[in-house]
Amino acid sequence: MENFRRIMARGSAYGRQALLALAEYGRSALLGAGRLVRKSGAALRSGLERAREALRRAAPGGYLYYRHPLPVRIMHWCNVLLLATLLMSGLNIFNAHPALYWGRQSYDGAPPILEVVGRQSGAGELSGVTRLFGHDFTTTGFLGASVDPSGEMAERGFPSWLTLPDWQWLAMARRWHFFAAWLFVVNGLAFVAFAVASGHLRRDLLPTGRDLRATGKTIVAHLRFRHPRGEAARQYNVLQKGAYLAVIFCLLPLMILMGLGMSPAMDATSPGWVDAFGGRQSVRTIHFVVAWMLVLFVLVHVFMVIVSGFWNNLRSMITGNYRIHPEADHEQ
Amino acid sequence: MSNEARLSRRGLMARLLAGAGVVALAGCEKLSETTWFPRVLGLGEKVTYGVHRLILPRKAMAQEFTEADLSPDFRGNGTLMPNNPAYQALAAGSFADYRLEVGGLVQRPAAFSLAELRKLPSRAQITRHDCVEGWSAIGLWKGARLGALLEAVGLKPEARYVVFHCADPMEDDGTSPYYESVDLEDAFHPQTILAYDLNGKPLPIRNGAPLRLRLERQLGYKMAKYVMRLEVVADLSRIAGGKGGYWEDQGYEWYAGI
Repeated sequence: MENFRRIMARGSAYGRQALLALAEYGRSALLGAGRLVRKSGAALRSGLERAREALRRAAPGGYLYYRHPLPVRIMHWCNVLLLATLLMSGLNIFNAHPALYWGRQSYDGAPPILEVVGRQSGAGELSGVTRLFGHDFTTTGFLGASVDPSGEMAERGFPSWLTLPDWQWLAMARRWHFFAAWLFVVNGLAFVAFAVASGHLRRDLLPTGRDLRATGKTIVAHLRFRHPRGEAARQYNVLQKGAYLAVIFCLLPLMILMGLGMSPAMDATSPGWVDAFGGRQSVRTIHFVVAWMLVLFVLVHVFMVIVSGFWNNLRSMITGNYRIHPEADHEQ
Repeated sequence: MSNEARLSRRGLMARLLAGAGVVALAGCEKLSETTWFPRVLGLGEKVTYGVHRLILPRKAMAQEFTEADLSPDFRGNGTLMPNNPAYQALAAGSFADYRLEVGGLVQRPAAFSLAELRKLPSRAQITRHDCVEGWSAIGLWKGARLGALLEAVGLKPEARYVVFHCADPMEDDGTSPYYESVDLEDAFHPQTILAYDLNGKPLPIRNGAPLRLRLERQLGYKMAKYVMRLEVVADLSRIAGGKGGYWEDQGYEWYAGI
């Protein structure tokens, strides 16, 4: 009866819609009372549950839906820190030899696919040049030549604001990179274990038949920037599921595998496996390209977070609670 | 809560987030310069070493290639001509007076001429050289098997590491000779050789003449060039910076399997 009183008190504030909820409660409770003879509490509880649900849906400001469990939130923010560390230390490592090749080695006679160099002009002016498939682009200030942490123009691949450490320091960058890489692997395995054991994978991430059939509609809705805010926002849409699954089960494992493919020790686990990806220098190139594919994913992800309700999304990844606006499906 | 209050809370939060990002980045730079934090980061190397030793069979072989894969011109890197008069005198005499000294925790200290090294059990292999910077080159190496050489001199029971003392000074004033070290598991690996030939010819000076280490399951900086003396030791802490190698003393990993 404690619940009944609470519902009464809150219901009055919510007005007419709440009265409907009360009526629903009354109906359920009456029906429940009839069954009470045979089965005690259960029916009453289900009536209460239905009433609460109706009340929640009737609330004018919507209601909070517990969307992200604590382990997922912790692992998500660990990923933010670790991926940022891996990217920035990785770019510092790249700067030690800012060129990419295809094949088993770097010096088979073929020019690099990508090369970032600093060039000194006759007047002593330093300019940055990026050579991609034989085409030169001037990239002074960003690639090839940029301002170092002391404020001097210097020859370097990626600029200091994108690298960790900011100075060109291969030994320290490697320490950051491998330390973060191990934590990232542990975090990733923990996520997969949790996602499988808790049903997160099956319930929230794997697309259903209905999802797949709605793919076309979902694409159109995305192109029109119409994002579900009501009940439909309780589930990820098919494009979201696809993107998350591709990153979790394709790009990130590929990233780790290509990292291992650069290791002369891991190369010896089964001599020749690296050739399946084109050889060690190809593996290094793939590692670099996939890193930028992950950056692209993060940019799109953050963009979608912003346009589909930034604070609501951010809160749900901090406290777990996501506000559902029942009357507001597909409304900006 | 009113909208204004919510907005100001959000504004504050946005500023906090941005501030945290800036502090985190500046913090990372400061952390890199402490002594304790790089040591924490160094745990990554210990885990890598442990896991590699656990999952890699002792005799797992690095990939070998065919003559078609050879780099047309094997790159020289680091020191290309040691700034060392004694070395340059040896080079002028085509290393006829060169002797590889072997000492430390061995039963029978010895010195080997190049002719004697060539008589030891040898191995030729076409392997890929992976520099810590990121590039790779492929060469045909021939040399004396380090394991066979160590068996010839006999190790004392407390032996744990082989240290390679080199002829190339790393400082302009001729100090800080290059050195490196490996554990016994790597020393006795079949592909670990003291190479005297590259691509069928005596090792060029830029690639480490007259003798360099090939340690195929680790990165290039482990493969000491201009090797003059082997010292077998029980621990590395009393040699130079104590980290087991010139680059290790500058902060690079001792275990360079990745």
